[in-house]
Amino acid sequence: MSNEAVLHAPAGAGLHDAHGDHHHEHHHETFISKYVFSMDHKMIAKQFLITGMVWAVLGGLMSVLFRLQLGYPESTFPFLEDILGKWAEGGKITPEAYYALVTTHGTVLVFFVLTAGLSGTFANFLIPLQIGARDMASPFMNMLSYWFFFAASIVMLSSMFVEFGPFSGGWTAYPPLSALAAASPGSGTGMDLWLIAMALFVVSSLLGGLNYIATVLNMRTKGMSMTRMPLTIWALFFTAVLGVLSFPVLFSGFILLIFDRNFGTSFYLSDIFINGVGALPNEGGSAILYQHLFWFLGHPEVYIILLPAMGMVSEILSVNSRKPIFGYIAMVGSLFAIAILAFLVWAHHMFVTGLNPFLGSVFVLLTLLIAVPSAIKVFNWLTTLWRGNIRFTPGMLFSIGFVSLFISGGLTGIWLGNSALDIHLHDTYFVIAHFHIVMGVASMFGMFAGIYHWFPKMYGRYMNNTLAYLHFWITLGGAYMIFWPMHYQGLAGMPRRYYDYSVWESFKQFAELNRFISTVAMIVFAAQLLFLFNFFYSVFKGRKVTTQNPYNANTLEWTTPINPGHGNWVGEIPEVHRWAYDYGKDGKEFIPQTTPVGADESSH
Amino acid sequence: MTALLITAVSLLIFVVIFQISKASEYVAILKGEEHSRKQNNKINGFLMVVFLVLGLVGVWYCNEVLYDKTLLPYESASVEGERVDSMLWLTLAVTGFVFILTQIVLFWFAYKYQESETRKVYFFAHSNKLEAIWTVIPAIALTVLVVIGLRNWFLFTGEPPKEAMVVEITGKQFGWIYRYPGKDGAFGKKYYKNIDNANNSLGLIWDDKLGHDDLVMEQTMYIVKGRPVKLIIGSRDVIHDVGLPHFRMKMDAVPGIPTTMWFTPKYTTKEMKEITGNPDFQYEISCDQMCGNGHYSMKGIIEVLDQAEFDAKMAGQSPYYYTSNPDKDPANAKADTVKTAAKPVELASKVTAKL
Repeated sequence: MSNEAVLHAPAGAGLHDAHGDHHHEHHHETFISKYVFSMDHKMIAKQFLITGMVWAVLGGLMSVLFRLQLGYPESTFPFLEDILGKWAEGGKITPEAYYALVTTHGTVLVFFVLTAGLSGTFANFLIPLQIGARDMASPFMNMLSYWFFFAASIVMLSSMFVEFGPFSGGWTAYPPLSALAAASPGSGTGMDLWLIAMALFVVSSLLGGLNYIATVLNMRTKGMSMTRMPLTIWALFFTAVLGVLSFPVLFSGFILLIFDRNFGTSFYLSDIFINGVGALPNEGGSAILYQHLFWFLGHPEVYIILLPAMGMVSEILSVNSRKPIFGYIAMVGSLFAIAILAFLVWAHHMFVTGLNPFLGSVFVLLTLLIAVPSAIKVFNWLTTLWRGNIRFTPGMLFSIGFVSLFISGGLTGIWLGNSALDIHLHDTYFVIAHFHIVMGVASMFGMFAGIYHWFPKMYGRYMNNTLAYLHFWITLGGAYMIFWPMHYQGLAGMPRRYYDYSVWESFKQFAELNRFISTVAMIVFAAQLLFLFNFFYSVFKGRKVTTQNPYNANTLEWTTPINPGHGNWVGEIPEVHRWAYDYGKDGKEFIPQTTPVGADESSH
Repeated sequence: MTALLITAVSLLIFVVIFQISKASEYVAILKGEEHSRKQNNKINGFLMVVFLVLGLVGVWYCNEVLYDKTLLPYESASVEGERVDSMLWLTLAVTGFVFILTQIVLFWFAYKYQESETRKVYFFAHSNKLEAIWTVIPAIALTVLVVIGLRNWFLFTGEPPKEAMVVEITGKQFGWIYRYPGKDGAFGKKYYKNIDNANNSLGLIWDDKLGHDDLVMEQTMYIVKGRPVKLIIGSRDVIHDVGLPHFRMKMDAVPGIPTTMWFTPKYTTKEMKEITGNPDFQYEISCDQMCGNGHYSMKGIIEVLDQAEFDAKMAGQSPYYYTSNPDKDPANAKADTVKTAAKPVELASKVTAKL
């Protein structure tokens, strides 16, 4: 096997890749080693991406199904019984199925799509290409990272087919509900599988994260100092650090939960009487402890999702404005500040748990502090557009959409981070609106931007632009139409995770709005199928890329062959002489990072 | 049949969109890619402004349609809630201003600086002055919001006024149980292993005399207009949450860890019916923490009464100790006795917590 060659790629790579980019000439590369157990970071990136897409479709479909219930609580849909069986008897989703769908939608979208699908894809794809490395520090660990993710996916998927259904206590899995099958049928076998899947996922994420950090720190090409790295790499680097430091804490929380569930311990359980079972023996545990452990990951997780999107958007905005990113150092600094603060704000998810008020006040302060680096980023993006020469490529459109959504969703964070106001809005639709816009849809936009922008590098072909434009405008308009009105539901105090609002005098006035939102959700979902079709069609039939650097971009990935082989560069890895953002400097359209600094060049 | 039809129509739409898109790609190649790219750029640049305008109109329209369905048209039903509302309006003013400003700038810049052959890009890599401005201004605005927020926070989470009445509220799958301390103003002890759905829903320890006059109720909690009320919140099984949107208050109910919350109701339920113009108005307690498959139906009612009505209501209640242990009830011991009850005024004044 070429394991040896790959592991020592940086040193001996020149030899290895002297064959050129026609990797089919490598006689030892079989279908299995190239497409399945691949150790090429580019192939692993694609594996993450496509698995993420499968999950995005499933997770998105789940939201369409439960939106059917919310939008049309009185109607029946016979086809639902066909696909869901006893979970939708007579064509109406049961509460059990509704909560299972809501829970799985959350888990899958947060972890499998926006963590694995987003940072898994782009950290793998971009880190070696943009820092000038032949591959990851450990291609083997990288491969394992994907296969642990795959295993996690299989286990999670299988949990949907067990007798009492998948876990249905919300994606945050708060005990005691998640610990006691007697309290919720989904907390039985379904929860066991959920925990196993999540444990495998944590392993995957740690293997990946350590690799990304090692690669960024050690394998940059000559001249690529840390301060010359593109912002994508900075963002992916901080993302990996966040993951490595916080996922183990989540894991410890899960371990204690497993003990409470199976081995009779009382870490989280105390004073519980369950109807039909009676009083449980557990005393002295704290259900709140789990929430601390969970949110110690849970909050950094938000930035694990968001930072890669921010990094890619920074890069794409700059390339397509034909202007340097404004305030590079401030951008790195704000990423750093966000990464630090991410660890110090977790309890803002717990303002109404009975938390010590003084402790709460510290978390208010630190939480609202995050708005400062976020504001810096937004204003810097806006200034990057100012007096640019903007090309609306699909990637650029999604980047602009990202900024718009990040503003809209970020501002409502100022409402929720202020505990006295959070008391009123906590766990209402206001929260749903907030995090779907700022974390869900915005990061999704970052992901779309990345896919459209780097598709030519991934597959050597272009995606269809007309379909991409349609996809963008429908999704942007649709996302706002779905989530904007939810703020108003939140301002009416309407709680999250309700199966039916019709018996509530305080919340039933939104029946019409719920129908509207559900309808738009279906249309937006359909538009994503348009994207998927465009993606897979273009992989095989898209217009071929004919130039090495189709965007006239500065970064290193565009110095590789159009279809780079394993090892990325033919011959020597190029040396870097400057930062990645010399666009429009000294009257030159762009100056690639590999161009030496001229004697008469102005400094910035 | 309709499902089939819908599928067929959707498929058809897909195929049409796809064919048009493919055709447009061919046309682009025929006309010259650069030419059609520029054309697309103009279209998308124009759509940026269209989106901005339509978006702002949409924001206005959404407000027009939905504002009356929120809680905002009426005052908060609690004294403390007024502070939440004023904070909410201030936060809205600040974030609303930033929202409008930045969205306009974003889409306007996108439109204005779309690719043009005549424009020379302005190489503008950084400016310490600008960056300092947009670090300091948000920091100041946020400080103001934090200071106001924390003052309210410490009020809400602090001790209630001395004259506050105390009610215990316990969540269970899927309903609420309320307990009043009775004449002596003190709750009897309880232990969860004593819970018995038939006659001891909270697990009261009958040996504790303080609990003998405790009143236990389900469905509806009664409180008094103008009198602060402190809720002692607990749960029998999983985590629930006492959500009181009209009072702008909310607190989790955690098994094993009692929590508290207090507020001062301003309007009786009757008055709120008039204020909202809704004859069916009720103060509903919504469970705001996912607690199982019946979560959505976990409703409680709070009825705010004036003092006299409240006293009359309480006078009619028999202590839980007696209803659970009929043999101990003196009313049953003396066959001819009329139900004894505490004098209303006396009771109300003593319902003050010692907790």
